[in-house]
Amino acid sequence: MKSPLLPRESLIAGAYGLGAMLILAALIVLGSRQLSHFDAALVGYTFASLFAMFGIVYRYSMWLQRPPTALYWRRGWQAFFTRRGRARNVGLMFRRLFSSFALNIFIWRRNWLRGAAHWLIMWGCVLAAAITFPLVFGWVHFEFADGSFERYRANIFGFSTFSFETDSLLGFLIFHGLVWASFLVIAGVMLAMRRRMRSHDALALQRFGEDLLPLIMLFAVSITGLMLVVSYSWMDGFAYEFLSITHAATVIFTLLWMPFGKFFHIFQRPAQLGVAFYKDAGQRGQQAICVRCEQPYASQLQVDDLIEVQRRLGYRYEFVTDRVDHYQRVCPRCRRISMALSQGKLWQESHGTAS
Amino acid sequence: MAIPENKYFFIDPHRCIGCQSCVQACSECDTHKGKSMIHLETVDRLQSPQTLPVICMHCDSPTCAEVCPADAIKRTEDGVVQSARKPRCIACNNCVLACPFGVPKMETSMDLMMKCDMCYDRTSIGKKPMCATVCPSGALHYGTLSEIEELRPRSRTNNEFRFGGQTIRTKVQMMVPRQSPATHLDVADGMFESPADEADDAMLSGAVFELPTVQ
Repeated sequence: MKSPLLPRESLIAGAYGLGAMLILAALIVLGSRQLSHFDAALVGYTFASLFAMFGIVYRYSMWLQRPPTALYWRRGWQAFFTRRGRARNVGLMFRRLFSSFALNIFIWRRNWLRGAAHWLIMWGCVLAAAITFPLVFGWVHFEFADGSFERYRANIFGFSTFSFETDSLLGFLIFHGLVWASFLVIAGVMLAMRRRMRSHDALALQRFGEDLLPLIMLFAVSITGLMLVVSYSWMDGFAYEFLSITHAATVIFTLLWMPFGKFFHIFQRPAQLGVAFYKDAGQRGQQAICVRCEQPYASQLQVDDLIEVQRRLGYRYEFVTDRVDHYQRVCPRCRRISMALSQGKLWQESHGTAS
Repeated sequence: MAIPENKYFFIDPHRCIGCQSCVQACSECDTHKGKSMIHLETVDRLQSPQTLPVICMHCDSPTCAEVCPADAIKRTEDGVVQSARKPRCIACNNCVLACPFGVPKMETSMDLMMKCDMCYDRTSIGKKPMCATVCPSGALHYGTLSEIEELRPRSRTNNEFRFGGQTIRTKVQMMVPRQSPATHLDVADGMFESPADEADDAMLSGAVFELPTVQ
């Protein structure tokens, strides 16, 4: 039988990616009121975003089809929606969102430099994305309010919302939102680059495409964006066209790169929340007892799931003995000792037969 | 930068004297600063003084990486299985439980799995791993095949291990008796072996050190 041109997983992932891209395109048309608020000058950003959406959903879908990911994805949701713990889980979710995602506490614990770098880059990017994408897609646009040139009104998805004075502090903060974002990103990139240039572990392990290119891209996007502001604020628009094309090129490259490199962790990372609920469920449930030392070592749920995952991956850790049916029933410490004892046994046998 | 092809890590658990030098040296490695990745186990504290160091064996087909739902564990082209990639690891503990040798450690406070990476910052530039530089008994040795053959004339290397129906091959070599007919080490042989059950302690009886040849 001829093998299909594309594996089934790729076709499924491609369909999801295409679907997500079409949904985003429809939302752009809808949110910009049939493109009436869509800025044609930003069409390059829009197409790059549509491609990024396809790529991210394609890769996410491929990732979700790996046996361990598929299982823990399902288990995470099951643990979250468990009938008796739903209210508690919602509270826990907000707490974990705040500590892990808003504050990045687990990264600060690794090292303050890592924590500071990541926190600054993350919030800079979040702020920039929250401003840029709605503007590019025509979901948010501003217009003069009350028939004067002194007040601006923000329209979201074509609906009028709040207004503010153009010369007010709020106006200044809003109009320069991307400037504040780039300050955060540049500071974070500097700290991260310092570590990457000086730390022995980073020097040994880092790879250009995986670790340095994302930092270079973030810096390029931020600095070219700032240069645009400098050009129109203080230099009468000197080289503005060149700068705007350069800025667009850096942003579009970054968007196109999102599904492939390190930026993809932005979409993988929320799985950390699901795992936390899975662990909670495991702790409340039955504990697995090691067949060798007879001590509890993990949740029975996780041990049983691992046996299933290993079978699906093609591993054969099954034993044909009365005392143990699967190697997963042996705790990590007993695994360490057993291997050394089996080596010792070879020496024992060798002494018995030698001489 | 890559680990030279002629350099191997040799482990010989029964030579361990429990001095903890490897544990201390390991924590000075730059890739996991301040944290030792070596497990120094006592076989049975009441019955035997025997200790054993456990380092990552760097499997050809690493189970820890395969069962990782976040795809966070990668093996370099030169065969070293690295610690979990920090942006990806979601601290699920799968690798810790699934590793057939019981190697990875979970740093719960940092939501991060860490493991021995054969001191990649050192070995990738031709130096020895920290633990192998300080081990006084030769339980951990890093060098060439000809070196180890000269040092241990009664031993040979083995990198094939059996766990039930699963065979795992590793980059790290474990020393076994030269005349042993075994083609692999089977964990089942030691799993229910306890020094307390035996008149003879399997590991201590194996602890007949080969002294280095003095030229």
